[in-house]
Amino acid sequence: MRLKNGIAKYIKSTALQRRIMRRKGLDRFFAFEGLFVMGVALLVLFALVGQLAADGAGRLSWQFLTSFPSRFPAQAGILTAWIGTLLVMLLTALTAIPLGIGAAIYLEEYAAKSWLTEVIEINIANLAGVPSIVYGLMALGLLVYELHLGQSFLTAGLTLGMLILPMVIIATREAIRSVPPAVREAAYALGATKWQTVRDHVLPYSMGGILTGMILALSRAVGETAPLITVGALSFIAFLPHPPWQGTFPFVSFEWLFDPFTVMPIQMFNWVSRPQEEFHVNAAAAGLILLAMSLAMNAVAIVIRARFRKRIHW
Amino acid sequence: MKALDVSQTVLKAESRGLNFFYGVAQALHGLTLPVYDRCVTALIGPSGCGKTTYLRCFNRMHDLYPGNRYEGAVILYPDRVNIVGAEVDPIEVRMRIGMVFQKPNPFPKSIYENVAYGMRIRGVSSKADLDMVVERALQEAALWGEVKDRLQASAMNLSGGQQQRLCIARALATSPELLLFDEPTSALDPTATSRIEELVTELKQKVAIVIVTHNMQQAARVSDHTAFMYEGRLVEFDRTEKMFTNPSVKLTEDYVTGRFG
Amino acid sequence: MEAHIAEIPVEKQAIRTSLSPRLVPRLKEKAIELLLQLAAFTSVAITLGIVGVLAYESFHFFQQVSVVDFLTDRQWTPLFADAHYGILSLVSGTLVTTAVALLVAIPMGSLIAIYLSEYASRSLREFVKPVLELLSAVPTVVYGYFALLFVTPALKQIWSDLPGFNMLSAGLVIGFMIVPYVSSVSEDAMRAVPVYLREGAFALGATRMQTALRVVFPSALSGITAAYVLGVSRAIGETMVVAIAAGMQPTLTLNPLEPAATMTAYIVQVSLGDLPHGSVGYQTIFATGLMLLLITLLFNIAGHALKKRYRQVY
Repeated sequence: MRLKNGIAKYIKSTALQRRIMRRKGLDRFFAFEGLFVMGVALLVLFALVGQLAADGAGRLSWQFLTSFPSRFPAQAGILTAWIGTLLVMLLTALTAIPLGIGAAIYLEEYAAKSWLTEVIEINIANLAGVPSIVYGLMALGLLVYELHLGQSFLTAGLTLGMLILPMVIIATREAIRSVPPAVREAAYALGATKWQTVRDHVLPYSMGGILTGMILALSRAVGETAPLITVGALSFIAFLPHPPWQGTFPFVSFEWLFDPFTVMPIQMFNWVSRPQEEFHVNAAAAGLILLAMSLAMNAVAIVIRARFRKRIHW
Repeated sequence: MKALDVSQTVLKAESRGLNFFYGVAQALHGLTLPVYDRCVTALIGPSGCGKTTYLRCFNRMHDLYPGNRYEGAVILYPDRVNIVGAEVDPIEVRMRIGMVFQKPNPFPKSIYENVAYGMRIRGVSSKADLDMVVERALQEAALWGEVKDRLQASAMNLSGGQQQRLCIARALATSPELLLFDEPTSALDPTATSRIEELVTELKQKVAIVIVTHNMQQAARVSDHTAFMYEGRLVEFDRTEKMFTNPSVKLTEDYVTGRFG
Repeated sequence: MEAHIAEIPVEKQAIRTSLSPRLVPRLKEKAIELLLQLAAFTSVAITLGIVGVLAYESFHFFQQVSVVDFLTDRQWTPLFADAHYGILSLVSGTLVTTAVALLVAIPMGSLIAIYLSEYASRSLREFVKPVLELLSAVPTVVYGYFALLFVTPALKQIWSDLPGFNMLSAGLVIGFMIVPYVSSVSEDAMRAVPVYLREGAFALGATRMQTALRVVFPSALSGITAAYVLGVSRAIGETMVVAIAAGMQPTLTLNPLEPAATMTAYIVQVSLGDLPHGSVGYQTIFATGLMLLLITLLFNIAGHALKKRYRQVY
């Protein structure tokens, strides 16, 4: 009885009121802390963009985009670098997208549960965690020296293609999995084969997710530097690769595949590691363009995701 | 055992001693059951009795998932082929036996493409042929009037009942010999339900129908024959009037009078 | 129980076993499946390639350098006349930059995750998440620039004798870079905690902070561990930031204020030069790569074990 009274008194007491106030205060402080940390992270992002813009924006010009690299910082440009990036990305996409989508379809729609499937799945998860420079070492030993592809566009494209393959597979599988089984059953019940079901239904309905994943993976490849250094990207190329066309039959030429390559991040790295400050300005300008490329790709991915989400909702 | 009066009816399919296994778990035990042409056969029974499992044997839907196994036979007439036999291609079976699912599952494509898809994968690509088939199927599914002006609109924007009729049209477009309905009205409101029921009674002029339902009134309204299943076994099969007025087995009587289930 | 079945009015005849043969379509289906399977196996081939190349070149390396020297020597000077091959000098660099990065990323990432999952409104979350993810979309070479030319000069305001190359600024910048990895995966894990657990805590009078820290966070620990492991892997494998901002001089030190090369930076340094294929110097980068891969693997295995230990089934 006395205990009961004690509790009743305690509940009404100022001691409890004070405790509640203190806990509420702590709670508010904690929320503020979360908001603050988030602000810091965003601030860093803005500082980074701001710094780059402050250093490099003045250097952006038509001349910068259309000039070869040079010993003289004021004359140097990124012509070979951005053309190189476009060509390497093309090869990367051609490698990673068909292989990645194919592998994802196999794992989601075809593979029966077996130890072999298990091995492939564990393997993909682990590959995604392998540092990118290790892919570069593999490409150096295998593509450059064993297969004699040389320090070429082809090597660079294949290297980055292998690097983003796990990302493409994981994103595609996730997209495919979002197609409800009921839709597959509807197609099968009409007599569709597995491939018809995949081609006519599963792939089209998951295209938004797949595209988003592809673009995000490619945006990662655009900024990749380390593995390309190991396979021998040159930072000073004062000529353009062979054109992919020619005057005589068959009019397309693949000579460019074996030309030496450079890409935007390599060019930027080269400039930033020089002691002269004038080159740092070039680095900042190249960095701005590179940043714009990858942020634009991310923005496109976000837009695509939103649009497809609106179009199909299960 | 008293035989049914079958003087007017022709057998479309039958299962003989059909056992079905999900992995090691046996879900169907020796099911022997006839399905008559131009008739509606209803499968009733409490949830988990295996009626949907049984229905999905007819178009080999179980083949889509690993570890499933059939024993015994499901024979399709007049070919006299055991359609659950290992040598029979499930695709070939599904080409001839249509199915309508519990929840409407239209493809997120246009109304036209939904109905035309079955013919497309059968190799029909001429616009005129497809147009004809789409119109016929939509008319048979009593949907033509509502959608004829917006065939290119997305099927996802139709109401639930319209979607289900679209799914019926999609199945009818390929002129199946047997049409399977898996609780087709369980996701629909009463008005939409009665339209589907009317449709089922009309469709039996053209095609044999097997319908799973856990609504006994529905079975009584639409079917000619009814099979009562319990725990993976067939308890009783007879004409629907007989099943609901004077069943031969006590368990059937308990179920149809609502004493359990 | 005997089923009551009607008689079958058709003469029983022999049952056939096939409808019509569909040989060509079936072959086509099989061929497509084979192609897709092949695509799935490329991921395994990549792993075999990585392990094969690293093992092959390292094997040749260890024929000339003893494993004991490799693991115990305190100097790493493979390119000098007096060659030493003590990998510890590189491992220490990697561990210091990783530790600094984690000191930034884990508290920040966790706090952001808690805030976004437990406090933030839906609209704030939908806005902040993609913006934060841009932090990880910035190319690493741009982060390198930022570390060298923004963070280091800023830190010099505090420690005026801080060298131009140092592990601290590299580590800090890597930390910010991996915040989104930590926060995004942790937040997903926390949001997967069922609402009834939170309601249980609220019903007892807990504040949001108490609920977040004592109920949600422990319940989501398995997924949060996965987020940390992802962050660790990224920090260990990060190359360009350290190559640009931490210097390329192998030094056995645990002081983040000093310059030191990491394993990745060393690989970059050698790749930038022109070492003959097959020389010991060339093989060192593969031995280093193998070490890097093993350390990453070690953290992943440890993380996996922890993740399993904390797994909760709702």
